[in-house]
Amino acid sequence: MSTKGTVVGIVANLVTIEVDGPVAQNEICYIDLHGTKLMAEVIKIAGTQVYAQVFESTRGLYTGCAVAFTGHMLEVTLGPGMLSKSYDGLQNDLYLMSGVFLNRGEYTAALDSSARWEFTPLVEVGDEVRAADWIGEVPEGWIRHKIMVPFDYPGIGRITSIAPKGTYRVTDRIAVVVDAEGNERELTMSMRWPVKVEIKGYASKLRPFKILETGVRAIDILNPMMEGGTGFIPGPFGCGKTVLQHAISKNAEADLIVLVACGERANEVVEIFVEFPELDDPRTGRKLIERTIIVCNTSNMPVAAREASVYTGMTIAEYYRMMGLKVLLLADSTSRWAQALREMSNRMEELPGPDAFPMDLTAIIANFYARAGFVQLNNGQSGSITFIGTVSPAGGNLKEPVTEATKKAARAFYALSQARADSKRYPAIDPIDSYSKYLEYQEVVDYFDATIEPGWVGKVMRLKDMLLRGKEARDQINILGDDSVPLEYHITYHKAEVIDFTLLQQDAFDAIDASTPIKRQQYMVNKVLDVCSRSFAFDNFEEVGAFFRRIINIFRQMNYQEFMSERFRQLEAQLETVMQEREGRGVPEG
Amino acid sequence: MKARAFQKIYTHIENITKATCTVRADGVHNEEMALVAGRPAQVVKIDRDRITLQVFPGTQGIPTDAEVVFLGRPPVLTVSPDLKGRFFNAYGAPIDNGPAIEGEEREIGGPSVNPVRRKQPSELIATGIAGIDLNNTIVTGQKIPFFADPDQPFNQVMCNVALRARADVIILGGMGMSNDDYLYYRTMFENAGALDRIICFMNTTEDPPVERLLVPDMCLTAAEYFAVEHRAKVLVLLSDMTLYADALSIVSNRMDRIPSKDSMPGSLYSDLAKIYEKAAQFPDGGSITIIAVTTLSGGDITHAIPDNTGYITEGQLYLRRDTDIGKVIIDPFRSLSRLKQLVIGKKTREDHPQVMNACVRLYADAAAAKTKLENGFDLSDYDKRALEFAREYSRELLAIDINIDNDTMLDTAWRLFGKYFTRDEVAIKQELMERYWKE
Repeated sequence: MSTKGTVVGIVANLVTIEVDGPVAQNEICYIDLHGTKLMAEVIKIAGTQVYAQVFESTRGLYTGCAVAFTGHMLEVTLGPGMLSKSYDGLQNDLYLMSGVFLNRGEYTAALDSSARWEFTPLVEVGDEVRAADWIGEVPEGWIRHKIMVPFDYPGIGRITSIAPKGTYRVTDRIAVVVDAEGNERELTMSMRWPVKVEIKGYASKLRPFKILETGVRAIDILNPMMEGGTGFIPGPFGCGKTVLQHAISKNAEADLIVLVACGERANEVVEIFVEFPELDDPRTGRKLIERTIIVCNTSNMPVAAREASVYTGMTIAEYYRMMGLKVLLLADSTSRWAQALREMSNRMEELPGPDAFPMDLTAIIANFYARAGFVQLNNGQSGSITFIGTVSPAGGNLKEPVTEATKKAARAFYALSQARADSKRYPAIDPIDSYSKYLEYQEVVDYFDATIEPGWVGKVMRLKDMLLRGKEARDQINILGDDSVPLEYHITYHKAEVIDFTLLQQDAFDAIDASTPIKRQQYMVNKVLDVCSRSFAFDNFEEVGAFFRRIINIFRQMNYQEFMSERFRQLEAQLETVMQEREGRGVPEG
Repeated sequence: MKARAFQKIYTHIENITKATCTVRADGVHNEEMALVAGRPAQVVKIDRDRITLQVFPGTQGIPTDAEVVFLGRPPVLTVSPDLKGRFFNAYGAPIDNGPAIEGEEREIGGPSVNPVRRKQPSELIATGIAGIDLNNTIVTGQKIPFFADPDQPFNQVMCNVALRARADVIILGGMGMSNDDYLYYRTMFENAGALDRIICFMNTTEDPPVERLLVPDMCLTAAEYFAVEHRAKVLVLLSDMTLYADALSIVSNRMDRIPSKDSMPGSLYSDLAKIYEKAAQFPDGGSITIIAVTTLSGGDITHAIPDNTGYITEGQLYLRRDTDIGKVIIDPFRSLSRLKQLVIGKKTREDHPQVMNACVRLYADAAAAKTKLENGFDLSDYDKRALEFAREYSRELLAIDINIDNDTMLDTAWRLFGKYFTRDEVAIKQELMERYWKE
């Protein structure tokens, strides 16, 4: 018999409930408001008084509303049919919701229970299985969706019955497993899992070593993201965080993208709804939406569900990782999630930490980032979750608590700079402040040597050094004046500008320039390094500027052309001519 | 919540603060409206039978034995086509001596639009101001504020935008607006013969500040009524959202909430988002566009109010006085319209995106040259040309007093490119150069 309760207090979306029995922390309950059931989560217990955050508007609630507890935490339903879906933070299928407005108390099924799936068994009667073992598969779009033994299955079981090849619904029984004590358990193609618990049934977690190509040059070249790695993008508003994340989601070399729109603008999500079904996925030849799952809790949707949305996204990503897939999880923005935590902490009158955020914010963020990673499955295959979150620092101040906490948890840091955004240098990733810890990993260095070219990381470091020297030269020029510095300063500065304009800046709205494959990036890096290592003769600084502006213009035109096309080749030849005209004395750079 | 057949009157107030009072009562609903000594109030906290009410006009002079009557309903607005042409206070009651509105009562602050039912905004709003149309194009369904210092002429610009926007309905929400500005809007709308499509909810500086909290929801409930039921193109003007946020912090403070940054409530982001996200393009053709004003203190955009606003809205517009030309311009560096990508080069001429970017880049070069000049350095020939360009660009395209169509703006830009720069310096895609370059 499940616990019941009555509402005794209400402040905004925090309700106090008097209960008649046992209640678990984070247990889900439903508040009955004239027949409408409002979902809520227990967040604090004090004797028979329970505090719960309601995932809906609490307008109209009153002292005496009946509450029913469910005995479980916030869960998602996992199974075939999640691909291409758009869920809210609680995994309601948004397309199944009636009406233009979101009516409170309306909950829709995450999986289509009437859909039939082409099931192929992967085990036989008598086989021994453990949690997360693959017992069958169904085609879900282009993915071989594995049907797994539930992740909570304890110990070793034996298959006593398995459905033959055929079509089944997600709720049909497809296998029976018996454990050592003789307890039988029936398995279907779906299972439920609490979102705040990591899905663990893998053999081990490894250090990331393979690049996850994003097609964004400023990331792939200078601060690469690894498969199974973690990164974050902080930046004041208007710096292009969301445009950058969208660019990554469109071009990243992943099997599956889970996009969590957490407390952000609805029109940005609409952009995904409109574009992804139209855009081609270069990897599969299908549409982008076919490898995408959207979890969407926009800023005006209830704040408690916002907190849930990042966990829902992570759990779905973990489920697909257990199938040996390369999953990319993007969350925009984790600051909104932290703010949701702050609002609740505030209403519960907890003693606040810095900027009124809860004291355990750092731990919560660290635990969440730790759920990403590159894992080895029990059957020897590997799967990964690469997680990139955006952070919206209050006032653009990178010393605020959420940025600080995230910096401790994430391995790659893509700082968006207001100054770059102001001068329309997009993506506004600051080449000097940003870093990727992965460049220090020996396995990463070896991987690049083998897959791109020997000494690649060395070249990347040279680019970084030249950018830094360019910045220093510019500072000197600004302080001392154009005439008062040696000509070399101008050359150093303009060579850094060539790197900036050719490699770092990228037009996310141009069909060709939007995404650059690694081969082309390699080619352009070598081309730019060639320009930067040659010496040119100038009589005065005005010539330097004019010359490099020409070089930059040619490079920009090249970026807009099809790689190795005739026009591309022409521009390349033109570049060579322009350079040869200027080649002469002078000291080589780099 | 059903309205009750009879109303029980409570007369024992236990607690009074400047903005709230607490009374013991049964069967009270969260967010229900009430009258405390005849003053409108709303339930903000329930603790068993202890009900805390936010008294909108303030609690001055309220005795502990004042009558408290619960109205059995949340705040509502009566909607009907007759709203058009009328002026109301923050409670939705007429202030223009006209008759009461007859129609359907709607709860204000209703649910949000299901994101999958929204349409992507794609219709541009032409204002004739190149600082907006060329550099920061606004589309229907967008929400965008002016970040302005109180001395800047944002009301004039907003008024011009509203009148040129060809909206079916214009809803003006005034929060702490000075009576002079209110009269300015009224006169401007009247002179333009636009009164029949104006609806106004006004809280002036003479009215109690907490009442302001109702104004945005009143405006947006009316906006949703026209946009959804009448498929109208609705433009909502909210001025000034900083004063709205100040009212939020007053209430939060009176309720002993722990303040976060800049003494603002921790929920400021969500509170503002609930308002701004009402901007939407609806599937049946109606739309709500919000143009707001957030006044800054000394241009500080790191303050919690503009900062949170910037993360919610789809861009922001800055006004700046350009002393070189002696006019107010729309600052091309800091202003941004996030949705312009949806229309520029698509609904406007193909060269729009590149021309816009080139202009701003060259204008930035001029700014750098100006810094050089101020630091006492010699200018290069390029610097001098950039400065000349900037002056003309500012006068002919950035100033807020211009009114031209989009193609004229682009042609003007090409003329200035040809006048001051070489093709290499402008660095626009070759194909466009060939088509539009003017020597």
